[in-house]
Amino acid sequence: MYGFEALTFNIHGGYLEAIVRGHRAGLLTTADYNNLCQCENLDDIKMHLSATKYGSYLQNEPSPLHTTTIVEKCTLKLVDDYKHMLCQATEPMSTFLEYIRYGHMIDNVVLIVTGTLHERDVQELIEKCHPLGMFDSIATLAVAQNMRELYRLVLVDTPLAPYFSECLTSEDLDDMNIEIMRNTLYKAYLEDFYKFCQKLGGATSEIMSDLLAFEADRRAVNITINSIGTELTREDRKKLYSNFGLLYPYGHEELAICEDIDQVRGVMEKYPPYQAIFSKMSYGESQMLDKAFYEEEVRRLCLAFEQQFHYAVFFAYMRLREQEIRNLMWISECVAQNQKSRIHDSVVYMF
Amino acid sequence: MSGMVDASSWGAALVRISPYTFSAIGIAISIGVSVLGAAWGIYITGSSLIGAAIEAPRITSKNLISVIFCEAVAIYGVIVAIILQTKLESVPSSKMYDAESLRAGYAIFASGIIVGFANLVCGSVSSFSSSFLTSFGFWIPLSDRLRFSCRLCVGIIGSSCALSDAQNSTLFVKILVIEIFGSALGLFGVIVGIIMSAQATWPTK
Repeated sequence: MYGFEALTFNIHGGYLEAIVRGHRAGLLTTADYNNLCQCENLDDIKMHLSATKYGSYLQNEPSPLHTTTIVEKCTLKLVDDYKHMLCQATEPMSTFLEYIRYGHMIDNVVLIVTGTLHERDVQELIEKCHPLGMFDSIATLAVAQNMRELYRLVLVDTPLAPYFSECLTSEDLDDMNIEIMRNTLYKAYLEDFYKFCQKLGGATSEIMSDLLAFEADRRAVNITINSIGTELTREDRKKLYSNFGLLYPYGHEELAICEDIDQVRGVMEKYPPYQAIFSKMSYGESQMLDKAFYEEEVRRLCLAFEQQFHYAVFFAYMRLREQEIRNLMWISECVAQNQKSRIHDSVVYMF
Repeated sequence: MSGMVDASSWGAALVRISPYTFSAIGIAISIGVSVLGAAWGIYITGSSLIGAAIEAPRITSKNLISVIFCEAVAIYGVIVAIILQTKLESVPSSKMYDAESLRAGYAIFASGIIVGFANLVCGSVSSFSSSFLTSFGFWIPLSDRLRFSCRLCVGIIGSSCALSDAQNSTLFVKILVIEIFGSALGLFGVIVGIIMSAQATWPTK
Protein backbone atom coordinates (compact mmCIF):
# COMPACT_ATOMS: atom_id res chain seq x y z
CA MET A 1 0.00 0.00 0.00
CA TYR A 2 1.62 3.23 -1.05
CA GLY A 3 2.22 5.41 1.93
CA PHE A 4 2.35 2.68 4.54
CA GLU A 5 5.62 1.06 3.62
CA ALA A 6 7.15 2.64 6.67
CA LEU A 7 5.32 0.12 8.83
CA THR A 8 6.94 -3.03 7.52
CA PHE A 9 9.90 -2.08 5.31
CA ASN A 10 12.37 -2.12 8.15
CA ILE A 11 11.72 -5.78 8.92
CA HIS A 12 13.79 -6.91 5.96
CA GLY A 13 15.23 -3.76 4.52
CA GLY A 14 15.98 -1.43 7.41
CA TYR A 15 19.55 -2.55 8.05
CA LEU A 16 20.57 -2.57 4.40
CA GLU A 17 18.97 0.78 3.68
CA ALA A 18 20.91 2.30 6.56
CA ILE A 19 24.11 0.73 5.22
CA VAL A 20 23.60 2.03 1.71
CA ARG A 21 22.96 5.51 3.07
CA GLY A 22 26.21 5.24 4.97
CA HIS A 23 27.98 4.35 1.72
CA ARG A 24 26.35 7.29 0.01
CA ALA A 25 27.84 9.59 2.61
CA GLY A 26 31.24 8.34 1.44
CA LEU A 27 30.82 9.46 -2.16
CA LEU A 28 33.26 12.14 -3.29
CA THR A 29 32.07 15.72 -2.98
CA THR A 30 32.90 18.75 -5.07
CA ALA A 31 35.66 19.68 -2.63
CA ASP A 32 37.26 16.27 -3.13
CA TYR A 33 37.06 16.63 -6.88
CA ASN A 34 38.65 20.07 -6.69
CA ASN A 35 41.54 18.59 -4.74
CA LEU A 36 41.91 15.80 -7.23
CA CYS A 37 41.86 18.17 -10.18
CA GLN A 38 44.80 20.04 -8.70
CA CYS A 39 46.98 16.95 -8.59
CA GLU A 40 50.19 16.90 -10.59
CA ASN A 41 50.59 13.18 -11.05
CA LEU A 42 48.98 9.88 -10.23
CA ASP A 43 50.74 9.51 -6.91
CA ASP A 44 49.11 12.72 -5.76
CA ILE A 45 45.79 11.28 -6.75
CA LYS A 46 46.52 8.16 -4.76
CA MET A 47 47.39 10.30 -1.76
CA HIS A 48 44.18 12.29 -1.97
CA LEU A 49 42.13 9.16 -2.43
CA SER A 50 43.68 7.57 0.62
CA ALA A 51 41.74 10.03 2.75
CA THR A 52 38.47 8.85 1.24
CA LYS A 53 36.79 5.46 1.43
CA TYR A 54 39.03 4.21 -1.37
CA GLY A 55 42.05 4.43 0.89
CA SER A 56 42.27 0.82 1.92
CA TYR A 57 41.99 -0.34 -1.67
CA LEU A 58 44.76 1.79 -3.08
CA GLN A 59 47.29 1.81 -0.31
CA ASN A 60 49.10 -1.35 -1.33
CA GLU A 61 49.69 -0.41 -4.90
CA PRO A 62 53.35 0.00 -5.91
CA SER A 63 54.47 3.40 -7.00
CA PRO A 64 54.35 3.62 -10.80
CA LEU A 65 50.57 3.69 -10.90
CA HIS A 66 48.52 3.35 -14.04
CA THR A 67 45.09 4.81 -14.53
CA THR A 68 43.70 1.36 -15.15
CA THR A 69 44.91 0.25 -11.74
CA ILE A 70 43.15 3.12 -10.04
CA VAL A 71 39.93 2.37 -11.88
CA GLU A 72 40.23 -1.34 -11.17
CA LYS A 73 40.70 -0.87 -7.45
CA CYS A 74 37.85 1.59 -7.18
CA THR A 75 35.61 -0.82 -9.03
CA LEU A 76 36.67 -3.45 -6.52
CA LYS A 77 35.24 -1.30 -3.75
CA LEU A 78 31.94 -1.05 -5.61
CA VAL A 79 31.87 -4.82 -6.01
CA ASP A 80 32.62 -5.43 -2.34
CA ASP A 81 29.84 -3.10 -1.27
CA TYR A 82 27.45 -4.80 -3.66
CA LYS A 83 28.34 -8.31 -2.55
CA HIS A 84 27.95 -7.38 1.09
CA MET A 85 24.50 -6.01 0.43
CA LEU A 86 23.50 -8.94 -1.76
CA CYS A 87 24.36 -11.56 0.81
CA GLN A 88 22.38 -9.76 3.51
CA ALA A 89 19.30 -9.22 1.36
CA THR A 90 16.13 -11.30 1.29
CA GLU A 91 13.49 -11.54 -1.38
CA PRO A 92 12.40 -9.36 -3.14
CA MET A 93 15.36 -7.12 -2.46
CA SER A 94 17.83 -9.77 -3.57
CA THR A 95 16.09 -10.07 -6.94
CA PHE A 96 16.17 -6.31 -7.23
CA LEU A 97 19.90 -6.24 -6.55
CA GLU A 98 20.49 -9.03 -9.07
CA TYR A 99 18.73 -6.99 -11.73
CA ILE A 100 21.30 -4.27 -11.27
CA ARG A 101 23.99 -6.69 -12.45
CA TYR A 102 22.38 -7.81 -15.69
CA GLY A 103 23.35 -4.64 -17.52
CA HIS A 104 26.99 -5.38 -16.77
CA MET A 105 26.56 -8.99 -17.86
CA ILE A 106 25.27 -7.85 -21.22
CA ASP A 107 28.25 -5.52 -21.60
CA ASN A 108 30.66 -8.31 -20.75
CA VAL A 109 29.08 -10.73 -23.22
CA VAL A 110 29.34 -8.17 -25.99
CA LEU A 111 32.93 -7.35 -25.00
CA ILE A 112 34.04 -10.95 -25.27
CA VAL A 113 32.21 -11.65 -28.50
CA THR A 114 33.60 -8.52 -30.14
CA GLY A 115 37.06 -9.27 -28.88
CA THR A 116 36.93 -12.78 -30.23
CA LEU A 117 35.80 -11.43 -33.56
CA HIS A 118 38.92 -9.28 -33.66
CA GLU A 119 41.10 -12.23 -32.70
CA ARG A 120 42.03 -11.20 -29.19
CA ASP A 121 43.01 -13.63 -26.51
CA VAL A 122 40.19 -14.79 -24.26
CA GLN A 123 42.13 -14.38 -21.03
CA GLU A 124 42.99 -10.82 -21.87
CA LEU A 125 39.34 -10.08 -22.55
CA ILE A 126 38.17 -11.67 -19.32
CA GLU A 127 40.48 -9.41 -17.39
CA LYS A 128 38.83 -6.42 -18.95
CA CYS A 129 35.33 -7.53 -18.04
CA HIS A 130 33.41 -5.68 -15.38
CA PRO A 131 33.53 -7.75 -12.18
CA LEU A 132 29.87 -7.28 -11.43
CA GLY A 133 28.89 -8.94 -14.66
CA MET A 134 30.90 -12.10 -14.38
CA PHE A 135 29.25 -15.46 -14.54
CA ASP A 136 30.63 -18.96 -14.59
CA SER A 137 30.77 -19.97 -18.19
CA ILE A 138 31.83 -16.64 -19.57
CA ALA A 139 35.01 -17.94 -21.16
CA THR A 140 33.03 -20.29 -23.38
CA LEU A 141 31.61 -17.32 -25.23
CA ALA A 142 34.74 -17.22 -27.33
CA VAL A 143 33.82 -20.47 -28.99
CA ALA A 144 30.47 -19.45 -30.45
CA GLN A 145 30.18 -18.70 -34.16
CA ASN A 146 26.71 -17.28 -34.43
CA MET A 147 23.96 -16.19 -32.13
CA ARG A 148 22.13 -19.45 -31.99
CA GLU A 149 25.26 -21.19 -30.79
CA LEU A 150 25.92 -18.36 -28.38
CA TYR A 151 22.56 -18.97 -26.83
CA ARG A 152 22.64 -22.73 -26.87
CA LEU A 153 26.15 -23.14 -25.52
CA VAL A 154 26.42 -20.49 -22.88
CA LEU A 155 23.62 -18.09 -22.33
CA VAL A 156 20.77 -20.47 -21.78
CA ASP A 157 22.06 -21.13 -18.26
CA THR A 158 22.49 -17.51 -17.33
CA PRO A 159 19.86 -15.04 -16.16
CA LEU A 160 20.10 -13.40 -19.59
CA ALA A 161 18.35 -16.33 -21.26
CA PRO A 162 14.82 -14.83 -21.37
CA TYR A 163 16.16 -11.71 -23.08
CA PHE A 164 17.33 -13.66 -26.09
CA SER A 165 14.01 -14.57 -27.63
CA GLU A 166 14.04 -11.56 -29.92
CA CYS A 167 17.49 -11.95 -31.32
CA LEU A 168 17.92 -15.61 -32.08
CA THR A 169 19.08 -15.66 -35.65
CA SER A 170 21.60 -17.79 -37.42
CA GLU A 171 23.45 -14.84 -38.80
CA ASP A 172 27.14 -14.68 -38.27
CA LEU A 173 28.41 -12.31 -35.66
CA ASP A 174 29.85 -9.18 -37.13
CA ASP A 175 30.18 -5.71 -35.68
CA MET A 176 26.81 -4.45 -36.78
CA ASN A 177 24.94 -7.51 -35.61
CA ILE A 178 26.71 -7.47 -32.29
CA GLU A 179 25.64 -3.91 -31.67
CA ILE A 180 22.09 -4.79 -32.62
CA MET A 181 22.27 -7.77 -30.29
CA ARG A 182 23.54 -5.60 -27.46
CA ASN A 183 20.73 -3.12 -27.88
CA THR A 184 18.07 -5.77 -28.23
CA LEU A 185 19.26 -7.50 -25.07
CA TYR A 186 19.40 -4.26 -23.19
CA LYS A 187 15.91 -3.34 -24.35
CA ALA A 188 14.54 -6.66 -23.10
CA TYR A 189 16.40 -6.23 -19.81
CA LEU A 190 15.06 -2.72 -19.24
CA GLU A 191 11.51 -3.80 -19.94
CA ASP A 192 11.83 -6.76 -17.61
CA PHE A 193 13.27 -4.59 -14.85
CA TYR A 194 10.51 -2.06 -15.38
CA LYS A 195 7.82 -4.71 -15.05
CA PHE A 196 9.46 -6.07 -11.92
CA CYS A 197 9.51 -2.66 -10.31
CA GLN A 198 5.87 -2.09 -11.20
CA LYS A 199 5.07 -5.33 -9.46
CA LEU A 200 6.86 -4.20 -6.32
CA GLY A 201 4.62 -1.17 -6.10
CA GLY A 202 4.85 1.75 -3.72
CA ALA A 203 7.64 4.27 -3.67
CA THR A 204 10.02 1.78 -5.31
CA SER A 205 7.94 1.55 -8.45
CA GLU A 206 7.40 5.28 -8.65
CA ILE A 207 11.05 6.25 -8.33
CA MET A 208 12.41 3.37 -10.40
CA SER A 209 9.90 4.03 -13.18
CA ASP A 210 11.22 7.54 -13.45
CA LEU A 211 14.86 6.43 -13.44
CA LEU A 212 14.33 3.59 -15.91
CA ALA A 213 12.24 5.76 -18.22
CA PHE A 214 15.07 8.26 -18.34
CA GLU A 215 17.49 5.44 -19.09
CA ALA A 216 15.28 4.12 -21.90
CA ASP A 217 14.89 7.57 -23.43
CA ARG A 218 18.59 8.28 -23.20
CA ARG A 219 19.39 5.01 -24.95
CA ALA A 220 16.85 5.81 -27.65
CA VAL A 221 18.57 9.12 -28.34
CA ASN A 222 22.00 7.52 -28.34
CA ILE A 223 20.90 4.75 -30.69
CA THR A 224 19.43 7.36 -33.03
CA ILE A 225 22.52 9.53 -33.05
CA ASN A 226 24.89 6.59 -33.44
CA SER A 227 22.96 5.07 -36.30
CA ILE A 228 22.71 8.23 -38.38
CA GLY A 229 24.60 7.53 -41.55
CA THR A 230 24.89 3.77 -41.03
CA GLU A 231 22.96 1.15 -42.90
CA LEU A 232 20.51 0.54 -40.06
CA THR A 233 17.02 0.88 -41.51
CA ARG A 234 14.26 2.83 -39.87
CA GLU A 235 12.28 -0.25 -38.91
CA ASP A 236 15.32 -1.86 -37.37
CA ARG A 237 16.06 1.29 -35.47
CA LYS A 238 12.53 1.47 -34.18
CA LYS A 239 12.73 -2.12 -32.97
CA LEU A 240 15.59 -1.17 -30.68
CA TYR A 241 13.61 1.40 -28.71
CA SER A 242 12.04 0.26 -25.42
CA ASN A 243 8.31 0.07 -24.87
CA PHE A 244 8.10 2.56 -22.06
CA GLY A 245 9.36 5.98 -21.15
CA LEU A 246 8.42 9.51 -21.94
CA LEU A 247 9.19 9.12 -25.62
CA TYR A 248 7.02 6.05 -26.14
CA PRO A 249 5.29 5.82 -28.61
CA TYR A 250 5.13 9.12 -30.48
CA GLY A 251 8.66 10.27 -29.79
CA HIS A 252 9.98 6.96 -31.06
CA GLU A 253 8.14 7.35 -34.36
CA GLU A 254 9.69 10.74 -34.85
CA LEU A 255 13.13 9.65 -33.78
CA ALA A 256 13.07 6.71 -36.15
CA ILE A 257 12.99 9.00 -39.17
CA CYS A 258 15.66 11.44 -38.00
CA GLU A 259 18.61 11.83 -40.29
CA ASP A 260 20.77 14.32 -38.44
CA ILE A 261 21.31 15.78 -35.01
CA ASP A 262 19.29 18.90 -35.54
CA GLN A 263 16.26 16.82 -36.34
CA VAL A 264 16.85 14.84 -33.15
CA ARG A 265 17.03 18.09 -31.24
CA GLY A 266 13.77 19.19 -32.83
CA VAL A 267 12.06 16.02 -31.67
CA MET A 268 13.44 16.16 -28.13
CA GLU A 269 12.57 19.77 -27.57
CA LYS A 270 8.92 18.89 -27.55
CA TYR A 271 9.43 17.15 -24.20
CA PRO A 272 10.09 19.64 -21.39
CA PRO A 273 12.52 17.54 -19.33
CA TYR A 274 14.71 16.91 -22.36
CA GLN A 275 14.35 20.37 -23.74
CA ALA A 276 16.26 21.61 -20.71
CA ILE A 277 19.09 19.21 -21.56
CA PHE A 278 19.27 20.10 -25.21
CA SER A 279 19.10 23.80 -24.57
CA LYS A 280 22.50 23.60 -22.91
CA MET A 281 24.12 22.73 -26.20
CA SER A 282 24.47 25.06 -29.12
CA TYR A 283 23.41 23.99 -32.57
CA GLY A 284 25.40 21.33 -34.35
CA GLU A 285 27.33 20.20 -31.29
CA SER A 286 26.96 16.72 -29.91
CA GLN A 287 30.00 16.15 -27.71
CA MET A 288 28.40 17.80 -24.73
CA LEU A 289 25.28 15.68 -25.03
CA ASP A 290 26.78 12.79 -23.10
CA LYS A 291 27.81 15.01 -20.25
CA ALA A 292 24.41 16.75 -20.21
CA PHE A 293 22.69 13.38 -19.97
CA TYR A 294 25.02 12.25 -17.20
CA GLU A 295 24.33 15.41 -15.24
CA GLU A 296 20.60 14.95 -15.53
CA GLU A 297 20.91 11.31 -14.51
CA VAL A 298 22.98 12.22 -11.45
CA ARG A 299 20.44 14.84 -10.47
CA ARG A 300 17.63 12.30 -10.58
CA LEU A 301 19.65 9.67 -8.73
CA CYS A 302 20.40 12.09 -5.91
CA LEU A 303 16.70 12.80 -5.61
CA ALA A 304 16.04 9.10 -5.02
CA PHE A 305 17.69 9.45 -1.63
CA GLU A 306 15.10 11.95 -0.49
CA GLN A 307 12.56 9.26 0.34
CA GLN A 308 12.95 6.50 2.82
CA PHE A 309 11.72 2.88 2.83
CA HIS A 310 12.18 1.89 -0.79
CA TYR A 311 14.68 -0.05 -2.92
CA ALA A 312 15.58 2.62 -5.44
CA VAL A 313 18.31 3.90 -3.11
CA PHE A 314 20.33 0.78 -3.92
CA PHE A 315 20.06 1.33 -7.64
CA ALA A 316 20.86 5.01 -7.22
CA TYR A 317 23.91 4.25 -5.08
CA MET A 318 25.33 1.78 -7.62
CA ARG A 319 24.84 4.22 -10.47
CA LEU A 320 26.36 7.11 -8.55
CA ARG A 321 29.42 5.00 -7.74
CA GLU A 322 29.80 4.07 -11.37
CA GLN A 323 29.61 7.74 -12.31
CA GLU A 324 32.22 8.50 -9.70
CA ILE A 325 34.52 5.84 -11.12
CA ARG A 326 34.05 7.37 -14.57
CA ASN A 327 34.96 10.75 -13.10
CA LEU A 328 38.07 9.30 -11.48
CA MET A 329 39.09 7.66 -14.71
CA TRP A 330 38.76 10.90 -16.62
CA ILE A 331 40.65 12.87 -13.99
CA SER A 332 43.43 10.27 -13.85
CA GLU A 333 43.77 10.22 -17.62
CA CYS A 334 43.90 14.01 -17.82
CA VAL A 335 46.50 14.18 -15.09
CA ALA A 336 48.59 11.36 -16.56
CA GLN A 337 48.60 12.94 -20.00
CA ASN A 338 49.15 16.45 -18.71
CA GLN A 339 45.95 17.84 -20.16
CA LYS A 340 44.53 19.38 -17.04
CA SER A 341 42.72 22.09 -18.94
CA ARG A 342 40.31 19.50 -20.20
CA ILE A 343 39.48 18.03 -16.83
CA HIS A 344 36.29 20.00 -16.38
CA ASP A 345 34.94 18.87 -19.72
CA SER A 346 33.74 15.61 -18.44
CA VAL A 347 33.59 15.51 -14.66
CA VAL A 348 30.04 15.39 -13.30
CA TYR A 349 29.83 16.76 -9.81
CA MET A 350 27.39 15.08 -7.48
CA PHE A 351 27.02 17.04 -4.30
CA MET B 1 -33.71 -1.62 29.99
CA SER B 2 -35.08 -5.06 29.41
CA GLY B 3 -38.55 -3.64 28.97
CA MET B 4 -37.52 -1.36 26.10
CA VAL B 5 -35.54 -3.77 24.00
CA ASP B 6 -36.76 -6.90 22.22
CA ALA B 7 -35.24 -9.83 24.09
CA SER B 8 -33.89 -11.58 20.99
CA SER B 9 -32.17 -8.63 19.31
CA TRP B 10 -28.48 -7.87 19.17
CA GLY B 11 -28.98 -4.98 21.52
CA ALA B 12 -30.28 -7.32 24.19
CA ALA B 13 -27.37 -9.68 23.64
CA LEU B 14 -24.82 -6.91 24.07
CA VAL B 15 -26.45 -5.68 27.22
CA ARG B 16 -26.31 -9.15 28.74
CA ILE B 17 -22.54 -9.37 28.45
CA SER B 18 -21.16 -8.98 31.92
CA PRO B 19 -19.52 -5.62 32.64
CA TYR B 20 -16.66 -7.51 34.20
CA THR B 21 -15.88 -8.92 30.77
CA PHE B 22 -15.72 -5.51 29.23
CA SER B 23 -13.53 -4.20 32.02
CA ALA B 24 -11.14 -7.10 31.84
CA ILE B 25 -10.81 -6.82 28.10
CA GLY B 26 -10.22 -3.10 28.42
CA ILE B 27 -7.41 -3.64 30.88
CA ALA B 28 -5.87 -6.32 28.67
CA ILE B 29 -5.99 -4.14 25.61
CA SER B 30 -4.47 -1.22 27.43
CA ILE B 31 -1.31 -3.11 28.32
CA GLY B 32 -1.18 -5.53 25.42
CA VAL B 33 -1.61 -3.16 22.53
CA SER B 34 0.63 -0.53 24.13
CA VAL B 35 3.44 -3.02 24.34
CA LEU B 36 2.79 -4.09 20.74
CA GLY B 37 3.12 -0.48 19.67
CA ALA B 38 6.29 0.02 21.67
CA ALA B 39 7.87 -3.10 20.23
CA TRP B 40 6.92 -2.12 16.71
CA GLY B 41 8.43 1.33 17.15
CA ILE B 42 11.61 -0.08 18.66
CA TYR B 43 12.28 -2.50 15.83
CA ILE B 44 11.70 0.17 13.20
CA THR B 45 14.18 2.47 14.89
CA GLY B 46 16.60 -0.26 15.89
CA SER B 47 17.18 -1.79 12.47
CA SER B 48 18.02 1.57 10.94
CA LEU B 49 20.18 2.50 13.90
CA ILE B 50 22.27 -0.65 13.62
CA GLY B 51 22.94 -0.15 9.93
CA ALA B 52 23.68 3.54 10.19
CA ALA B 53 26.02 3.05 13.13
CA ILE B 54 28.39 0.99 11.01
CA GLU B 55 29.53 3.98 8.99
CA ALA B 56 28.92 6.58 11.68
CA PRO B 57 29.48 5.05 15.13
CA ARG B 58 29.07 8.36 16.91
CA ILE B 59 25.27 8.34 16.50
CA THR B 60 24.58 5.35 18.70
CA SER B 61 24.38 6.98 22.11
CA LYS B 62 22.27 9.94 21.10
CA ASN B 63 19.82 7.90 19.08
CA LEU B 64 18.98 5.67 21.98
CA ILE B 65 16.66 8.50 22.96
CA SER B 66 14.33 7.43 20.17
CA VAL B 67 14.22 3.94 21.61
CA ILE B 68 13.55 5.33 25.05
CA PHE B 69 10.60 7.34 23.75
CA CYS B 70 9.12 4.17 22.36
CA GLU B 71 9.71 2.38 25.63
CA ALA B 72 7.93 5.16 27.52
CA VAL B 73 4.77 4.19 25.75
CA ALA B 74 4.86 0.70 27.11
CA ILE B 75 5.22 2.22 30.55
CA TYR B 76 2.15 4.40 29.97
CA GLY B 77 0.26 1.24 29.15
CA VAL B 78 1.40 -0.47 32.36
CA ILE B 79 0.51 2.51 34.50
CA VAL B 80 -2.95 2.83 33.04
CA ALA B 81 -3.54 -0.90 33.35
CA ILE B 82 -2.67 -0.75 37.03
CA ILE B 83 -4.96 2.23 37.53
CA LEU B 84 -7.78 0.54 35.70
CA GLN B 85 -7.56 -2.64 37.65
CA THR B 86 -7.92 -0.75 40.90
CA LYS B 87 -11.19 0.60 39.58
CA LEU B 88 -12.60 -2.86 39.17
CA GLU B 89 -14.88 -3.65 42.09
CA SER B 90 -17.36 -6.37 42.81
CA VAL B 91 -21.05 -5.63 42.76
CA PRO B 92 -23.81 -7.86 44.18
CA SER B 93 -25.23 -10.07 41.46
CA SER B 94 -28.64 -8.43 41.68
CA LYS B 95 -27.11 -5.19 40.48
CA MET B 96 -24.78 -6.68 37.91
CA TYR B 97 -26.86 -5.66 34.89
CA ASP B 98 -27.96 -2.31 36.19
CA ALA B 99 -27.32 0.70 34.06
CA GLU B 100 -24.75 1.97 36.52
CA SER B 101 -22.70 -1.20 36.46
CA LEU B 102 -22.81 -1.40 32.71
CA ARG B 103 -21.65 2.19 32.55
CA ALA B 104 -18.70 1.47 34.79
CA GLY B 105 -17.79 -1.57 32.75
CA TYR B 106 -17.95 0.34 29.50
CA ALA B 107 -15.93 3.20 30.95
CA ILE B 108 -13.08 0.90 31.86
CA PHE B 109 -13.28 -0.83 28.46
CA ALA B 110 -13.19 2.44 26.58
CA SER B 111 -10.36 3.72 28.70
CA GLY B 112 -8.34 0.64 27.91
CA ILE B 113 -8.96 0.92 24.20
CA ILE B 114 -8.10 4.61 24.16
CA VAL B 115 -4.81 4.10 25.86
CA GLY B 116 -3.92 0.95 23.97
CA PHE B 117 -4.49 2.20 20.48
CA ALA B 118 -3.25 5.69 21.20
CA ASN B 119 0.00 4.17 22.28
CA LEU B 120 0.07 1.74 19.35
CA VAL B 121 -0.13 4.44 16.81
CA CYS B 122 1.78 7.23 18.47
CA GLY B 123 5.02 5.67 17.34
CA SER B 124 4.73 6.29 13.66
CA VAL B 125 5.45 9.70 12.26
CA SER B 126 6.94 10.24 8.91
CA SER B 127 10.54 10.92 8.38
CA PHE B 128 11.64 14.49 8.12
CA SER B 129 11.55 14.38 4.38
CA SER B 130 8.53 12.29 3.53
CA SER B 131 4.92 13.12 3.96
CA PHE B 132 3.81 10.02 5.81
CA LEU B 133 2.87 12.12 8.80
CA THR B 134 0.16 13.83 6.81
CA SER B 135 -1.12 10.65 5.28
CA PHE B 136 -1.31 8.92 8.64
CA GLY B 137 -2.75 11.78 10.62
CA PHE B 138 -5.55 12.40 8.20
CA TRP B 139 -6.35 8.85 7.26
CA ILE B 140 -7.01 7.61 10.73
CA PRO B 141 -10.48 8.61 11.81
CA LEU B 142 -10.64 10.65 14.94
CA SER B 143 -13.53 9.43 16.96
CA ASP B 144 -13.75 10.56 20.52
CA ARG B 145 -13.37 7.04 21.75
CA LEU B 146 -10.77 5.58 19.48
CA ARG B 147 -8.06 8.02 18.71
CA PHE B 148 -5.39 6.31 16.76
CA SER B 149 -2.11 7.94 17.32
CA CYS B 150 0.89 5.86 16.50
CA ARG B 151 3.71 4.56 18.57
CA LEU B 152 4.70 3.51 15.12
CA CYS B 153 5.02 7.29 14.86
CA VAL B 154 8.00 7.59 17.14
CA GLY B 155 9.54 4.45 15.64
CA ILE B 156 9.46 5.71 12.08
CA ILE B 157 10.75 9.13 13.07
CA GLY B 158 13.42 7.45 15.13
CA SER B 159 14.56 5.54 12.06
CA SER B 160 14.78 8.68 9.95
CA CYS B 161 16.47 10.47 12.84
CA ALA B 162 19.22 7.85 12.97
CA LEU B 163 19.81 7.98 9.24
CA SER B 164 19.94 11.74 9.02
CA ASP B 165 22.09 12.08 12.12
CA ALA B 166 24.60 9.81 10.42
CA GLN B 167 24.80 12.19 7.48
CA ASN B 168 24.62 15.52 9.27
CA SER B 169 24.76 15.77 13.01
CA THR B 170 23.03 19.13 13.23
CA LEU B 171 19.77 17.50 12.24
CA PHE B 172 19.44 15.33 15.30
CA VAL B 173 17.92 17.83 17.68
CA LYS B 174 15.50 19.15 15.08
CA ILE B 175 14.11 15.73 14.32
CA LEU B 176 13.98 14.96 18.01
CA VAL B 177 11.48 17.80 18.32
CA ILE B 178 9.22 16.03 15.86
CA GLU B 179 9.54 12.87 17.91
CA ILE B 180 8.58 14.72 21.06
CA PHE B 181 5.43 15.93 19.38
CA GLY B 182 4.69 12.41 18.32
CA SER B 183 5.17 11.22 21.85
CA ALA B 184 2.68 13.77 23.03
CA LEU B 185 0.00 11.93 21.12
CA GLY B 186 0.38 8.94 23.39
CA LEU B 187 0.20 11.22 26.37
CA PHE B 188 -3.12 12.59 25.13
CA GLY B 189 -4.42 9.09 25.02
CA VAL B 190 -3.30 8.41 28.58
CA ILE B 191 -4.90 11.59 29.87
CA VAL B 192 -8.23 10.90 28.23
CA GLY B 193 -8.09 7.31 29.38
CA ILE B 194 -7.55 8.29 32.98
CA ILE B 195 -10.36 10.82 32.83
CA MET B 196 -12.68 8.18 31.41
CA SER B 197 -11.75 5.70 34.07
CA ALA B 198 -12.28 8.25 36.85
CA GLN B 199 -15.99 8.08 36.25
CA ALA B 200 -16.12 4.30 36.49
CA THR B 201 -18.21 4.16 39.67
CA TRP B 202 -19.84 0.84 40.40
CA PRO B 203 -23.18 0.89 42.21
CA THR B 204 -22.80 0.51 45.96
CA LYS B 205 -24.55 -2.29 47.80
